[in-house]
Amino acid sequence: MPKILSLKEVVGKVTDGSRVMIGGFMTCGTPVNLVRELVKKGVRDLTVICNDTGLQGDGIGMLISADAVKHLIVSHIGTNPETGRKMIEGKIQVDLVPQGTLAERIRCAGAGLGGVLTPTGVGTIVAEGKEHVEVDGRTYLLEKPLPADFALIKAWKADRKGNLIYRKSTRNFNPLMAMAADCVIAEVEEIVEVGEIDPGEVVTPGIFIDFLTKGAN
Amino acid sequence: MDNRQKRVLIARRIAQELKDGDVVNLGIGLPTMVNDFIPPGVNVTLQSENGFVGLGPNPEPGQEDPCLVNAGGQPVTILPGGAFFDSAMSFAIIRGGHVDVTVLGALEVDADGNLANWMVPGKMVPGMGGAMDLVVGARRVIVATTHVTKQGEPKLLKKCRLPLTATNQVNLVVTDMGVFEIKDGSVIMLEKNPEFTVEEIQSATEAEIVLSPELRDMDVSGL
Repeated sequence: MPKILSLKEVVGKVTDGSRVMIGGFMTCGTPVNLVRELVKKGVRDLTVICNDTGLQGDGIGMLISADAVKHLIVSHIGTNPETGRKMIEGKIQVDLVPQGTLAERIRCAGAGLGGVLTPTGVGTIVAEGKEHVEVDGRTYLLEKPLPADFALIKAWKADRKGNLIYRKSTRNFNPLMAMAADCVIAEVEEIVEVGEIDPGEVVTPGIFIDFLTKGAN
Repeated sequence: MDNRQKRVLIARRIAQELKDGDVVNLGIGLPTMVNDFIPPGVNVTLQSENGFVGLGPNPEPGQEDPCLVNAGGQPVTILPGGAFFDSAMSFAIIRGGHVDVTVLGALEVDADGNLANWMVPGKMVPGMGGAMDLVVGARRVIVATTHVTKQGEPKLLKKCRLPLTATNQVNLVVTDMGVFEIKDGSVIMLEKNPEFTVEEIQSATEAEIVLSPELRDMDVSGL
């Protein structure tokens, strides 16, 4: 059963230099209250795995503005010019990963797989230095699992066992990240009693969740 | 033709390529406009790579839901019969050949069907987002782009010079000057904008244009 903690208590687990994956797509489905609390805590030198860095000063962009990130593993930074600027200045190392490959690498880490073979990126700079594997005449890249120390995810509702359901398009990377980190922290809008969520509607089973915290809607 | 007219021409022509029942992913910007011109009787399912199918029209002002956005982060709606899913399933749909058509923009595209649309070294590095997966995975790749850059340089090249998004994947390029099929290393002009001569179009194109035996005019009425 996950522990229910305040935002401040739960963010206390994340230390300088941690490798943190954060859910969301352009701030939609990003645990913004957890991110804000991380900024308040003043953590430094994070490695952050996420789809994008949100907008300047919003969503994961708050961590970029606060100089809390030294290494980003991400599919897109174009919507936050500050990330691009800090990358060019050499303040943040940015590894760009195709979005589908990012999703599968995270899934692999949580699914006990040694990697995934994908045709995406063959013949591009993404393929440089990677093992090429031919299967039935088609060439694939071997993309390796991407685990993390922490996953910060956002769901709509949790029951006390940590079973999660999501609202609309907020799901994105959250269910994958819930499987892929040593410590999984879910920010939710509502915590209900066990039995109030139909097991057939659960998207992320509670067994993956270590801590639950309530953020504002 | 002003910029708006060029965009309408391109979007409207691409909409003619979609077939009833297709699953379609439209990129942000000009490709999104294709949805406004889908002919009556043609029902397509739009896929949004951030995690759903059944993308609907833009919400009425005041009805925006921050929990429902498209791949550009803009508020959208979902139609009855739509479905939400996570990013792994979204890209299983894309990579697994379940998207019939993807429409996206280009910085450069070449006669071998190579596409470059995600970075200009030293100038612009937004990242590839879902573009590499879409171009590799979709059954048909249609590029929507103005024929030349803002500086007047050709975008339809012999060989792309910018870092590639994918190799040998582009099937059709629709510009404000014409409709071009990319096949076996050739750029075949299927339709031309009647405002230009073949010579004018060739001089705005680095790749060598082959004329289709059935070459006809693009419909430029009512733009």
